[in-house]
Amino acid sequence: MSFGMDRATIELGGRRALDEVDLEVTTGEITAVIGADGAGKSTVARIMAGLLGPDSGTIRRPHPDSIGYQPEAGGTWADLTVMENLSFVASAHGIGPGSGRLKELLAVTGLETAGERLAGALSGGMRQKLAVAMAMLPRPEMTVLDEPTTGLDPVSRGELWGLLARVAGEGTAVLVTSSYLNEAERASHVVVLDEGHVLAAGTAESIRASFPGELGVTGAPPTEGVPSWRRGNTWRVWAPEGGLPSGARATAPDLGDVVIAAALARREP
Amino acid sequence: MTAVLAESDGVSRSFGANLAVDRVSLSMTSGEILGLVGANGAGKTTLIRLLLGLERPDAGNVRLFDQPPTRATRSRIGYMPQTLGLYDDLTVAENLSFSAGVFGVDPPRLDDDLARVADTTIKAIPLGLRRRVAFLAALAHRPELLVLDEPTSGVGPLGRADLWETIHESADDGSGVLVTTHHMDEAEQCDRLVFITAGRLVASGTAGEIVASHATVEATPADPPAALESLERAGMSVLPAGRHLRVPGASLANVRAVLGAVPPLSEQPSTLEEAFMILARAS
Repeated sequence: MSFGMDRATIELGGRRALDEVDLEVTTGEITAVIGADGAGKSTVARIMAGLLGPDSGTIRRPHPDSIGYQPEAGGTWADLTVMENLSFVASAHGIGPGSGRLKELLAVTGLETAGERLAGALSGGMRQKLAVAMAMLPRPEMTVLDEPTTGLDPVSRGELWGLLARVAGEGTAVLVTSSYLNEAERASHVVVLDEGHVLAAGTAESIRASFPGELGVTGAPPTEGVPSWRRGNTWRVWAPEGGLPSGARATAPDLGDVVIAAALARREP
Repeated sequence: MTAVLAESDGVSRSFGANLAVDRVSLSMTSGEILGLVGANGAGKTTLIRLLLGLERPDAGNVRLFDQPPTRATRSRIGYMPQTLGLYDDLTVAENLSFSAGVFGVDPPRLDDDLARVADTTIKAIPLGLRRRVAFLAALAHRPELLVLDEPTSGVGPLGRADLWETIHESADDGSGVLVTTHHMDEAEQCDRLVFITAGRLVASGTAGEIVASHATVEATPADPPAALESLERAGMSVLPAGRHLRVPGASLANVRAVLGAVPPLSEQPSTLEEAFMILARAS
């Protein structure tokens, strides 16, 4: 099954938070929405979770009872234990404390031995895993996780993505937002947002392949007027119509290059 | 000419029973952007505090600008915390004038973008510009050593590119820049990376060097969830990658033994993040 939004537009606080955004979230797969602060990630998450309606556009989402949602930096109670957090949300869904589902989720998230610990005493990574478990309790058709990896170190982020893959494997459609561009490589579908606009969308592979023109590398600052950006000790130079300046060595663009080029193209049409 | 700005030689520091920094030796030179990467709680903050003289080592030596750290050496350091350290209710110009005043120097000159918002309060300008103000504030007294904590976190693609341009320019002008980060795209901007895990320095080199010494097996199984479960049950860390699975640090033979003869496997260079996962796991 597939959920998502078609040409969704919404104004919030006098600002266009999303502008004709398309999105697909498919059962058994992970869709990642990636962007900076204020790009519109949480607005996408809240619309898909059913907390907001767009001003225009079509939204396709499951019945509200079948949506799991973890809000940004939240979803758990610090003063309750791991098990109490899970039981509380379970009771809201009519799942009894004796249900095997709780134990099953503790096992999936690797929290079996942490059941009696206070959520507030967990590491950031463990607490996010608990939040994912709570969103997964009712076996939702779609799970929406808003920035589950923000602030986590690279190792915990890797573990959390392993968990997301297991969650998707349970047969739910997973929508995850992130501010880390390299996490685009982990998802089946990616939408990169910038100020409410879609800068790039597709698989990580198709996004890289969509780079317009040619990209080069130089060891010295490029001449004024050539679109360029720094990468360590080198400069990337971009020839949108092809034809790199002399001295530039052609290179394969990565996701970072595609996103910068797309943002430049949008600012300077 | 490059000079050694900060140097630690076998430095250790414990808090109670917790050995936060364990015999770390490193040095950073002028003109260099050094990235410090590690898990939360790995000891990055303690190491920086030791290098800056805000914490005294239990063992080993620290030298800052070729002398033991003192209050006086601190005035040669610029610091931009992740929370930026700006006053939300003051304007851009007032913030810069205040921070320059603390060091007894003139406020920095504003570029065109910042000049347009000079009289706007910090809370009313976008995050990318706020980060640029914080960066200017940290630079106002022309520090020889800059310490930046996730300097471009949360900033959009163009704002991020602008900020890195400015950071590289400071290094080109001779400042040493120490960056702590969890963002792999920030780590890739650094000249050299140091990876800390459980208080110890476990890898050091350019991003290219660190990546080159690690490999990841990529598998394309017909049933990725089942394959993922089998690999994890065999004790391997597995990352999804679209319709593939990536197993950092595993050997082809071990993955083959778990998944059987059918799924296509290939050994590929690790990404920087995968290299860090391998290093953290090994320690």
